[in-house]
Amino acid sequence: MAQEAITEYHGEVHDPTYNTSTGLSNRKLLMWAFLASDVMFFGTFIATYLIYRNRSLVGPYPENVLDIPITTISTFVLLMSSLAMVLALHYTREDSKGPARFWIAATAALGGVFLIFQVVEFQTFVNEGLTPRTNIFGTTFFILTGFHGAHVTVGVIWLLFMLFGHFKGTLRSDNALDLEIAGLYWHFVDIVWIVIFTVVYLVTANDGAPPGAPPFIHHG
Amino acid sequence: MTTTTLSIPRIWDRPKSEHGIWSWIGTVDHKRIGTLYLITSFIWLLIGGLEALLIRLQLATADSTLIGAETFNQLFTMHGTTMVFLVVMPLSAAFFNWLVPLQIGARDVAFPRMNALSYWLFLFGSILLNVGWFTGDSPNGGWFGYAPNSGITFNAGSGMTFWAIGLSILGVASIAAGLNFTVTIFNMRAPGMSLFKMPVFTWMTLITSILLVLAIPVIGVALIQIGVDRLYGTNFYNSLAGADPVLWQHMFWLFGHPEVYILILPAMGIVSEVLPTFSRKPLFGYEFVIYSGIGIAFLGWFVWAHHMFTVGLGPAATSAFAISTMAIAIPTGVKILNWMATMVRGSIKLTVPMLFSISFIAMFTIGGLSGVMHASAPSDAQQQDTYFVVAHFHYVLFGGAMMAIFSGMYFWWPKMNGYMLNEKIGYGVWFLLLLGFNLQFAPMHWLGMDGMPRRIFTYSSDQGWESLNLLASIGGFVIALGMLLFIYNIWYSRRPANRVEAGNDPWDARTLEWSISSPPPHYNFAEIPQVEYRDDFWYQKYPELLEHEDGHPAPSGAQDDAEAAESHEEDGHDGHGGHGIHLPDMSYYPIMAAAGTTIGMGGLMAGYWVIIVGGILGLWGIIGWSLEPVNDPDPEAEH
Repeated sequence: MAQEAITEYHGEVHDPTYNTSTGLSNRKLLMWAFLASDVMFFGTFIATYLIYRNRSLVGPYPENVLDIPITTISTFVLLMSSLAMVLALHYTREDSKGPARFWIAATAALGGVFLIFQVVEFQTFVNEGLTPRTNIFGTTFFILTGFHGAHVTVGVIWLLFMLFGHFKGTLRSDNALDLEIAGLYWHFVDIVWIVIFTVVYLVTANDGAPPGAPPFIHHG
Repeated sequence: MTTTTLSIPRIWDRPKSEHGIWSWIGTVDHKRIGTLYLITSFIWLLIGGLEALLIRLQLATADSTLIGAETFNQLFTMHGTTMVFLVVMPLSAAFFNWLVPLQIGARDVAFPRMNALSYWLFLFGSILLNVGWFTGDSPNGGWFGYAPNSGITFNAGSGMTFWAIGLSILGVASIAAGLNFTVTIFNMRAPGMSLFKMPVFTWMTLITSILLVLAIPVIGVALIQIGVDRLYGTNFYNSLAGADPVLWQHMFWLFGHPEVYILILPAMGIVSEVLPTFSRKPLFGYEFVIYSGIGIAFLGWFVWAHHMFTVGLGPAATSAFAISTMAIAIPTGVKILNWMATMVRGSIKLTVPMLFSISFIAMFTIGGLSGVMHASAPSDAQQQDTYFVVAHFHYVLFGGAMMAIFSGMYFWWPKMNGYMLNEKIGYGVWFLLLLGFNLQFAPMHWLGMDGMPRRIFTYSSDQGWESLNLLASIGGFVIALGMLLFIYNIWYSRRPANRVEAGNDPWDARTLEWSISSPPPHYNFAEIPQVEYRDDFWYQKYPELLEHEDGHPAPSGAQDDAEAAESHEEDGHDGHGGHGIHLPDMSYYPIMAAAGTTIGMGGLMAGYWVIIVGGILGLWGIIGWSLEPVNDPDPEAEH
């Protein structure tokens, strides 16, 4: 009785048959639409970074602080977390409990390692004299990568809830959609990082003092 | 189906009451949320109107010292911000909420609790925006808050920080609402209702929702940037550190021009429902109207720099934006021609909503034509920052959007409340609003052409602007009279002695919302309707018109459909009469999450302890929400 009636209201329902006009689950469509919104969000921050390239009047400039080898490692870690995410979803769908839990945990852990890299990086930059207030580069760099880090943090917390749910038995093969939606978000955050890594690190890492601005001399 | 076994300890019971204040605080019903939007934004309309009247009092005479420059700055800033973000957008949202589920034959939106969250964020954010009136430090940098002028260097008070934080909260509300209605319209249509059988209002809601989802993040980022600049001393808009003084304008208008269409597309949807109903003809060129709407929304992304012709972008950029701006007049003109062609040879009934819709076409066309004048960059260089621009955007936003919203109010009021708004008084409201509007804003064309600048708090008597300004101020008070008469109209019409019951379908209208009782039952449709045609309800009533109007062959089962429609009208005689329909249960978590968010973000200005309080409240709301099942298990159905 209750089951039949709830299905009639085809709203926010955990119904594997997706009784909707498009056949897509509402929540999955919601996540896709949200990601479109988030594209505009990061797109605007990245555009700001590019428009403000070479506009700092004082150092440190990108060439003084950005470290491509270290960031390549953290980028690799984050990309591997996407692989772990795919495996986590695969084993959750197959109802292989052990591997599923292992890979969900691995995804969260790799995300956590990435965040540690970011914290250490921020701390290093601050020690070298770059804060969000120092110059245009500091402002645009920290706020852009900081918001990305906040997205990763949300993703890690979300995955920990998923892991908890798997242990409690609320995440199973029949509602693996829950994990799939978290996965959509997770992969998106990775893709954003690929763009940030390309734009901020690979493209602008060698930017020094713009014409007319003094070179940066590190004190200390 | 709901098998969630996780739960956090319940501190209070889930709301159940159907009456009283708690039933509104915990509501997830799209109709109630629509009503909340309607009431809240109507109150803001009165406040924003009061601000406008003060502005007009100050400008009624030359060399006036009534208000003074600083208060004047705050008034025009908050008048613009209020009317755009707290009136036209949420009034549109009120119609989205009320109508979209009814028009597509659904029982609610896709995410009812997120819908409640949108409303509460809107309410709290709008209050935060207006806190400045009590601290004596209201936002004063104009509704578009140009940085670096709105930065801490040139504007040291707390007003613009409140503005940035308040608008950010409203932005979250708008994105959530946009996502919700996008999913609702794509996913929850009644069987048979393909996209091109949807009512035009639903179509315009879909387009607006997609614009909200994509455009609000842009202003969100700009607000974050100016916010962290003001709060933490970063350099996004700090010219002394080398920031670009034009960047804000690009960001704001990259959002701001799609925003213009966010304001006007729902209005276009409303008149596209009203005109066919009272012409007793289908909308002329339905597909053209839809594709023009999509075209406007798409082109709207490529015209933002026409707000910046005098910035000095160079001839190439200026020409490109002039051309794209003129191009957008084409789909808009197509729509105007379609609306007029809808009326041609129709059996026109000049009801109050019809008069407002016809006024929309006329006033919006005037505003559109002065808009095309702005598209021409050399001409715009003369008009920039003069009252000509003020005249232009009031013709499209008041003469356009507000006329359509009033049309919608009179049109759907019976559906929402079950009784008709008195028609005689309605004619008076229409006459006063149209007269007052033209008295107030038509003279501004001449004032602007004569060089009177916007945003000055006074002018000297030797400039010859006194009589036109006085005329405009008188017009403002005529509008105020019209608003008061509208309130009287509601008060008068709902008194039991004057009450005229609406019935299901008082206008003999076309779309599905008219097939159910007024006001609709909690569950909307006892049985989800089956849709076969565009304006399906109309052809259920008049199957003989099918061949004549659409070139479709008459349906074989048309008679059965009409009978089915009748049985819809008699709730309770169709098998289950609303019993056993499970709608999402009420919830306190949306208002909690919204309050936490607002307190936390407002706390950025107050101190860490406020942020912590808000954060705890917000997290509690979000976590409680995510662990709360949509429906509590039905005790009768437990096995």
